[in-house]
Amino acid sequence: MNSSVIVFPGSNCDRDIAVALEKMQFKNQMVWHKETKLPKSDLIVIPGGFSYGDYLRSGAIAGKSLIINEVIKAANDGCLILGICNGFQILTETGLLKGALLRNKNLKFINRDVNIKIINNKTKFSNRYKKDQVLKINIAHNEGNYFTNSEHLKELKNDDLIAFKYCDEEGDINEVSNPNGSLENIAGILNTKKNILGMMPHPERMIDDLISNKDGVNLFSSLLN
Amino acid sequence: MLKKNVLDPQGKVVQNTLQNLGMNNLKSIRQGKYFEIEMKDTNLEQAENKVNDMCKKLLANLIIEDYKINKI
Repeated sequence: MNSSVIVFPGSNCDRDIAVALEKMQFKNQMVWHKETKLPKSDLIVIPGGFSYGDYLRSGAIAGKSLIINEVIKAANDGCLILGICNGFQILTETGLLKGALLRNKNLKFINRDVNIKIINNKTKFSNRYKKDQVLKINIAHNEGNYFTNSEHLKELKNDDLIAFKYCDEEGDINEVSNPNGSLENIAGILNTKKNILGMMPHPERMIDDLISNKDGVNLFSSLLN
Repeated sequence: MLKKNVLDPQGKVVQNTLQNLGMNNLKSIRQGKYFEIEMKDTNLEQAENKVNDMCKKLLANLIIEDYKINKI
C-alpha cells in the first residue's frame, strides 16, 4: 500500500508516522506542502504538530496550502485520508471534515495517555479492532475540544460516523473521562463516505511495547486489511 | 468572535480575574481577535466586499466564529 505524509513547517509528528507506516510495510513518501502533485497514494496522512505555529487558528494556514488542493481532489476520488491531531484540525479547516476543534476546556495543553473506545469498527481504519474495545493512547494537544452543530451531531450518530470516544479504563464514557471538553467525548470522526478519519489521539506513538504499547498497531493493520 | 453558543473558556478566566479585582458590575466577557486591514481600493464598496471575502475564506471560521467589519 502506498502512503504519503504531508509535511508543513511546524509539523513534528511526521517522522513518527513515517516510522510507523514503514514498520507496517507501507511504501511511504514524504510530501512537502509546496508540492502541487501527489505521488500515487492509497493513503494520505496529515500528521500532528504545530503547522505554521498555530497562527490564526490551529490548522487554518495549512488548510489553505498548495498541496491541500490535491488532497481534497484525492479525497473526493475516494483516497483514504488520515488526520492525526493537528492533521485533524487541518481537515476541519479544509472542510473535508465538519466541525471544529476548540481550545481545551481547562485551557491547558494536555499530554498524557488516555483511554478511548472503538465506537465504529466497521471502517477501513478500525476493522481490526473489536467494537467497544478500549485502547490506551497518547494525546498531546491544546485545541482538541471537538465542537459541531446539533444537526451534524445527529448525522454523526445516525450514520455511525463517530470513530472513537474518550472513556475510562472500564470503557465508561462520562464527563470525568473527557480530557478536553469534547462534545459527547468525541475523539475521532469520519466523513459521510467514511474514507476520511480525523482523530486527536496519536496511534503512531503506540506501535512498540518498548516505548509505550501496541494499541495503535491495529489502525495500520486495518488499513492493510 | 466565538459564536454565542460556543464555550469561551479564555473569556471566562478573564471575567473571573476582573471580578477578583473587585469589578463587580461585570455581566460577561467574550474574548475575540481583530485585524487591521489596509486596502489599496479607492472604492469603499469594493473594498468592503473584498474584506468580507477574506473573512469568509480565511480570517474567520464560520462554524465557530462570527465576524463584523468596521470602517476606520
